[in-house]
Amino acid sequence: MSDDVLDLTAAQAVEKIRAGELAAREVFAAYRERAAADDLNAFTWVTEDVPQNGAGADAPLAGVPVAVKDLFCTEGIPSQSGSRILEGYRPPYTATVVRKLQEAGSPILAKTNQDEFAMGSSNENSAFGPVLNPWDRTRVPGGSSGGSAAAVAAGRAPWALGTDTGGSIRQPAALCGIVGLKPTYGACSRYGMIAFASSLDQAGPLTRDVTDAALLFRHMIGRDPCDSTSLEFPGELELPSAERLDGLRFGVPEELSGEGIEPGVLETFQRTLDLIRELGGEVEPMKLPHAPHALSAYYILAPAEASSNLARYDGVRYGMRAEGATDLISMYTRTRHDGFGPEVKRRIMLGTYALSAGYYDAYYGRAQQVRTKIAEDFRTAFERYDFIVTPTAPSVAFELGAKTDDPWAMYINDYCTVPISLAGIPAISIPSGLSEGLPVGFQIAGPAFSENRLLDAAYALEQAIGFDGAKARAAA
Amino acid sequence: MTTEFEPVIGLEIHVQLSTRTKMFCSCALSFGEPPNTRTCPVCLGLPGALPVVNEKAIEYGLLIGLALGSDLADRSIFHRKNYFYPDNPKAYQISQYDEPLCRGGRLGDVRIHRVHLEEDAAKLVHAGSSGRIHGSETSVVDFNRCGTPLVEIVTEPDVRSAEQAREWLTLLRETLRQLGVSDVDMSQGSLRCDANVSIRPVGSEKFGTKTELKNMNSFAFLEQGIRAEIERQTEIKRSGGEVEQETLHFDPRTGHLTSLRSKEEAHDYRYFPEPDLVPIAITGEMLERARAALPELPTQRAERYERDLGLTADTAQLLSFRPELAEYFEAASAGNGAPAQVVANWLVNELAPRLGEQDPRESKVTPEAFGSFASLVAAKTVTPTAAKQVLDRLVAEGGDPEQIVEAEGLGAMQGGDELDAIIDAALAANADAAEKIKAGNMKAIGPIIGHVMRETKGRADGGEVTRIVRAKLGL
Repeated sequence: MSDDVLDLTAAQAVEKIRAGELAAREVFAAYRERAAADDLNAFTWVTEDVPQNGAGADAPLAGVPVAVKDLFCTEGIPSQSGSRILEGYRPPYTATVVRKLQEAGSPILAKTNQDEFAMGSSNENSAFGPVLNPWDRTRVPGGSSGGSAAAVAAGRAPWALGTDTGGSIRQPAALCGIVGLKPTYGACSRYGMIAFASSLDQAGPLTRDVTDAALLFRHMIGRDPCDSTSLEFPGELELPSAERLDGLRFGVPEELSGEGIEPGVLETFQRTLDLIRELGGEVEPMKLPHAPHALSAYYILAPAEASSNLARYDGVRYGMRAEGATDLISMYTRTRHDGFGPEVKRRIMLGTYALSAGYYDAYYGRAQQVRTKIAEDFRTAFERYDFIVTPTAPSVAFELGAKTDDPWAMYINDYCTVPISLAGIPAISIPSGLSEGLPVGFQIAGPAFSENRLLDAAYALEQAIGFDGAKARAAA
Repeated sequence: MTTEFEPVIGLEIHVQLSTRTKMFCSCALSFGEPPNTRTCPVCLGLPGALPVVNEKAIEYGLLIGLALGSDLADRSIFHRKNYFYPDNPKAYQISQYDEPLCRGGRLGDVRIHRVHLEEDAAKLVHAGSSGRIHGSETSVVDFNRCGTPLVEIVTEPDVRSAEQAREWLTLLRETLRQLGVSDVDMSQGSLRCDANVSIRPVGSEKFGTKTELKNMNSFAFLEQGIRAEIERQTEIKRSGGEVEQETLHFDPRTGHLTSLRSKEEAHDYRYFPEPDLVPIAITGEMLERARAALPELPTQRAERYERDLGLTADTAQLLSFRPELAEYFEAASAGNGAPAQVVANWLVNELAPRLGEQDPRESKVTPEAFGSFASLVAAKTVTPTAAKQVLDRLVAEGGDPEQIVEAEGLGAMQGGDELDAIIDAALAANADAAEKIKAGNMKAIGPIIGHVMRETKGRADGGEVTRIVRAKLGL
């Protein structure tokens, strides 16, 4: 029975429950059992309870539960953002998107492992240990939403919530062979998301297929009075149904589709471009002249915001407080010394430096200008193209420990995703094939609030690609 | 030759706004509730919480800007001011930096530099003898105050004395009180004033090194603190030293200024635009609403009293800067045609000093009674001396001034037999003085008038007595 449930996508399970052909409780129990038995270290917490009648079985999401990235605040449930400094922290409130999903009938199945404060591309920066890639357990699942990606790929959660600041949904989705949507900045409320870089952070779904992504996303969107930067989604979010890409123009930025991309990834990318043409779409090389500077700007702006966002972890009110402090300053420094991991410290240092008097204009100010230029590049591009496409990540999943000593090698993982984050526009990563037996992600970006068109295009392409993720679920 | 020095003083005023809720969350403002009962994830700075701007605070900020004649920005943004301290749960204060709500303006003789919005910090209580965080045994935090909306008003360095600082702050307080945007109570901390003080040789255009004075939580302390600092700096300069830039803490118990440890003060705040908030766009509608809500302000009222009622500038200001006096004044001079100048003078010079801090509207002297009292004075039905006795009775017991005059026999004595007889007796008792007057020395009349006033208990009119004396002496 459990295996049958496992073969269903989340949307199919929802449909069957609503049709009375499957009990919500059964779906919940099957996934809870798999999550509890997880050996990929994908979870930081798994619920003990199976709701008696299936919570919200008559609601739109029919009680199909969701795995939630650790950094979403969930009332009474550990929400630690992968950090020692928040170990055991149980918030008194629930993040808006999680609450919205609960209200739509998707209860919390588990919390997922992640890079500490969402800083990382391999999930090796978690205070709770690395997550293993279900396709190959010697490899990383990507990050920072690595736990969410691995859990969905391995069939240990029907679907999952992640967050994306510079690629943290798309890159792990690519490396785990699933779908990850980074929505338009402002489409989903950030209230209750433990902040990394406020002007970039966005919640989004990690799912088995594009339809699941659309269905989950549909219940996440909307203006939240608690988040001033959130916006009402224009119109309805439809489930995708397109079969063709006739008349649609796909721009392929030269800067993000050549140098630095693994040959196997490029091959798969080219095959996907051929499929677009077969489906009636036009593919054209084009330029995003400022995109090569995106990573540099990102590594000023995101750490700058992070240095301020993470300053509140001082041991005064919640989370960890170091023992043996003799005065206020030593309490601060010991707590932060012991509580934060090395990558988090590195970024706090970077950000603090970039904001310091005398350096602000040269770093933060300059980086903001670059950000504006990049956004302009995209605006101009979308006058001609419906979508911009790139490989999601420059390589397939790499081996655990391969890049931990070289921050720049790690940062390069986000080379193709970061420009889109800086522009605040939506992008989706879909699995497009295998290279060396490992999944390769294909990224499609569209203008702000073009999610309906984006999901439709991704859906049409997904059908044509016919990617099979069953291997990862079977192996798990 | 000693150089004369001129103080140059700028003020930084923090005003707690009396909105219903906090600056960035929906917690109600606190008035002495048990600690940490007016808090939520936002004002506690819990992970994941986000601020949302209180629109009423923006409206109050605009109202203040309008009252101070500032330029109101049509776009304004918040910044984060980063620093670690236990009263600051996010480790940054949301404040405004280079795009404040209002710039420029003037109140009285002091120009305004800027007006901006920010949030208040939590309250720290330190156990142990030091009373400060350093060396305290334990410190606890009450977050009730945390996130209370604040307006910071920064003046240009236009103040030249401690006394002027105090007077100007009084004017500002009354202006804010009139606007209804704050409780403006220094002892409760809803009005706080820091002062930047420097001195320079008279005639010099260049500013000296300034020090920042904090914790002067009353008008008297403000004056005292600035005065002490001017003296301190003058002594340093006179003895050939240089003033050091530092922050000084006023200790109300000793009246002394002590330097705060530089560790607490040496900050690079690393300001950057608050990414959790969108820019404030001030709409025409918001401005209209603020303009419509703008009451008559103390300075405008003083001008009106001077222009329309002929009050002296001093009296007009004294009344206008205390709204309870102004309101009482207008009520007293409204009904029975009492001349405004007499009402004003007697209110400012006699009634107000008798009441001290008490609000005249809450005294036993009703505005109507005071109006008819002033009419009696104006009509010379009572002499000024007798009038003071009437006022004493009114303040003590209330009642109707006319009845008091009648019952006590305090009515001015008209010329007549009774007064004639008293004047005759006075002349007889002061024969020397009478001779001097006859010889043309009118100053000698003093003892004679004094005698008459004693005998009549002040009911006689001094002018009338002089006239009769001169007549009797054939002058």
